[in-house]
Amino acid sequence: MSTVPDATAARPQPRPPVRAAAPYMNPYLAGIGLGLVLLAAYVFMGRGLGASGAVTSFVAWAVSLVAPGHASANPFFAEYLEGGLGHPLKTWLMFEVLGVLAGGFISGALAHRLSRTVEKGPRISVAGRLGFAFAGGALMGIGAKLARGCTSGQALSGGAVLNAGSWAFMMMVFAGAYALAGLMRRQWR
Amino acid sequence: MNAPFYKFAAFGDEASLVIAFVIGIGFGFFLERGGFGSARKLTSQFYLDDLAVFKVMFTAIVTAMLGVFYLSWLGIMDLSLVDLVTTNLWPQIVGGLVLGFGFVIGGYCPGTSLVAAVTGRVDGMIFILGLLAGIFVFGEAFPFLKGFYESGDFGKLTLPQAFHLPYGLVVFLVVLMALGGFMGTGWVERRFAPRPEES
Repeated sequence: MSTVPDATAARPQPRPPVRAAAPYMNPYLAGIGLGLVLLAAYVFMGRGLGASGAVTSFVAWAVSLVAPGHASANPFFAEYLEGGLGHPLKTWLMFEVLGVLAGGFISGALAHRLSRTVEKGPRISVAGRLGFAFAGGALMGIGAKLARGCTSGQALSGGAVLNAGSWAFMMMVFAGAYALAGLMRRQWR
Repeated sequence: MNAPFYKFAAFGDEASLVIAFVIGIGFGFFLERGGFGSARKLTSQFYLDDLAVFKVMFTAIVTAMLGVFYLSWLGIMDLSLVDLVTTNLWPQIVGGLVLGFGFVIGGYCPGTSLVAAVTGRVDGMIFILGLLAGIFVFGEAFPFLKGFYESGDFGKLTLPQAFHLPYGLVVFLVVLMALGGFMGTGWVERRFAPRPEES
């Protein structure tokens, strides 16, 4: 009987974690996929994709629950309250956004990327990061409403049909983000 | 068959909601596939060591732009029936700037924050709360912002109309610009790659 331990026992193979996250898709392939989805929206509906519009319908609806008269007296909220097919939340964008949640979840699950984490750089606390996330979200909400759309509805969708305002908007998004990137370095790097 | 199908009443409003959901699945799927459920991946665009945002976004724009252009050139799609958001230059310039600030501070944009939240990113969930708050504040302030919101009104305006150029030529220029950009990304990413002691 040999006492020599077998090689695999002596040097256990480093085993990858059971749910190692898959690498991201090649960006050009992901872009072609996204572009074909956007093309489908134009071919089937004659409209582009969106995100902030659905969030706005939700806000207008929530305001109308708390203060119905106040919401309908405000022309901005009133427009979104009247925009649905019989209900403020029954809109094309709301159903599209439900699909975005489903599609994101499916892709994340298939690639083992579902995990309860906070995305941040090593030099900032979790609380600090979440504070910035809230502040950034609030700025984004105001900016998207001023600009009549966000990265999806304006930059991506308007960009593809050569909408002049969308291209001006897109340039300014990059300009704004690069202008503050230095100040925000601690959060990400 | 004539496109856009919905505009030619090929199906009704109820069916359009089913189509919305299916298209949304594709949208969310490819956003997540490209890594856009991660604020770190998204903001790398602004530190120039990973330009995936630029690559994905402009590949998508070029793909859809060429599709729309050729379908209309072949007479299959009526471009005049495609919805176009009006160009209101001043609020779109200021809005774009504010949105850009929000992007690098918050780490997401509205669409990508949904994907981040649904894949478990707590910062994505908090970002959405901020988004709701921001839109609420804008709505409450709307009576005071209305004048600015409606300023710089050019109506429905495309780049070919604005610069008096043929549509096909602008399509060609955008393709050239995107290809030039893609070729430059490799050099930029190497130039700004984090040094080992920093990573």
